[in-house]
Amino acid sequence: MKNKEKRLMRGSEAIGEAAVRAGCACYFGYPITPQNELTEYMARRMMETGRVFLQSESEIAAINMSLGAASTGVRVMTSSSSPGISLKQEGISFIAAMELPCVIVNIVRGGPGLGNIAPAQSDYFQATRGGGHGDYRTIVLAPGSVQELYDLTRKSFELADEYRTPVLLLADGMLGQMMEPVVFNDKEILPEQLPDKPWTVKGAKDRPSRFIRSLLLDVDVEEEQNWRLYRKYQRIERREIRHEEYYMKGAELAIVAYGTAARIAKAAVKRCVEKNMRVGLIRPISLWPFPYEHIYKTAETVKHFMSFEMSTGQMIEDVQLGVKGRAEVLMYGRPGGVVPTPAELFRVISRAYNKIAREK
Amino acid sequence: MLVKTVFAGFGGQGVLLMGVCVATAAMNEDKFVTYMPSYGAEVRGGTANCTVSISTDEISSPIASSPNYVVAMNNPSLLRFQHIIKPGGYIVTNSSLVNVELGRSGVTQIQVPGSDIAEELGAMRSANMVMLGAYAAVSNVVSFQSLIDAVGEVTGKKKKELVEFNIKAIKAGHDYAKEQIKKFASIEA
Repeated sequence: MKNKEKRLMRGSEAIGEAAVRAGCACYFGYPITPQNELTEYMARRMMETGRVFLQSESEIAAINMSLGAASTGVRVMTSSSSPGISLKQEGISFIAAMELPCVIVNIVRGGPGLGNIAPAQSDYFQATRGGGHGDYRTIVLAPGSVQELYDLTRKSFELADEYRTPVLLLADGMLGQMMEPVVFNDKEILPEQLPDKPWTVKGAKDRPSRFIRSLLLDVDVEEEQNWRLYRKYQRIERREIRHEEYYMKGAELAIVAYGTAARIAKAAVKRCVEKNMRVGLIRPISLWPFPYEHIYKTAETVKHFMSFEMSTGQMIEDVQLGVKGRAEVLMYGRPGGVVPTPAELFRVISRAYNKIAREK
Repeated sequence: MLVKTVFAGFGGQGVLLMGVCVATAAMNEDKFVTYMPSYGAEVRGGTANCTVSISTDEISSPIASSPNYVVAMNNPSLLRFQHIIKPGGYIVTNSSLVNVELGRSGVTQIQVPGSDIAEELGAMRSANMVMLGAYAAVSNVVSFQSLIDAVGEVTGKKKKELVEFNIKAIKAGHDYAKEQIKKFASIEA
């Protein structure tokens, strides 16, 4: 064994192990396919490490338990899949309002409604547009490999603490189920090694009492709180945009895809490049904040974009907001839990590319 | 190089374990690898399969729409996967249980009586290890040694003697398949 720290891991296990190594002290969950492996893994690991694992009576209970635990300052995670995440939205809105750090994992499945248990990307709107009520945002990270599931879970905890805000990790059934090698390139932190947070409510002995609440009946106070949140979100938008580029140099058509779809797009783009087509890929890693600015700059020279999603088209709206009318934005998507093949996408891109070439 | 293999059989035949062993071997050889189990509303006693992709480059999709190799442990697996194998690819069948004829051309079938060999060795449930050895001989996608090491790594957590038995089974399957391949070569020559 050359590399001791390289392990073949299932996606959901990688999330779980990253959480444990990030010093997550509490996990609350309620079963739903295709993310039960994560709950199962946490049940075992949290018991081994003497931390809190609780299978709640419902998703709503799990998110509110997370809220409660987060208010004491410990690192908290909850996970579910699409219908369960819908149930959690009220709690997520409260967590955002109370400015509590919390990591929420959504292993997206086909919807709407109960849908099916196949991988999908149809929760983009819900994830990036708040999901619950009120003027708030959640940081949304979209990993594209098991290694990235590991890395971005750690990052989620860090961002949640830094900005005191819920962070959503958006994956899907395929990323959760598949196994890939993972390198543990971080340092393990124990919950008790994490710095104390100056705002927690866990007993006010020898100090004045503190409040963490979301009911602000005075409109002036609520307005100020909203502006405070707004300034925080602006700070996040300035500092926390993440994206990756693939063969974008000299590209005439830019595919925009994230997560599983981006993996498929990579293979299709590679094939296009081998056939001398000027096609590249932009992969947003943070879905909120979205790389609008980068897309806007790209649209200065690239006049054709194609949003590729495992939905009928949701991220396309962000791509359009990014290009601001400077370029044409095409769409290709397969909803309902279908995972398109690279060959299929290659055909779609070729057709679009040839049409662009003809019209030039 | 990108090689995709589907391992398929009854639930309980250990096809997912076969995939994990090959994937671990590939990882230890510093190759890019993905392992994808079939999942859905599965039933006990139903079919199970997994796809292992091994490459020298980043792997895009862990799903195989046209695998290079299929290891079929039973009849339903052969029937389900025979038509998606890449032309020029291989299907390794557990001929102890697979008795339907291959319904297509352009692929090579290697027949290994995995369950019978395992039974002779003393444990019928090691048929998956016999077939794993056969697969290694046919595909050469991971070295025989790293496969043996990987099996030790994956199955050795509980019982040491089990590992030794598994290795014996892998060797038996490997040797049997080598003979088969030799026969093919002499026929073609």
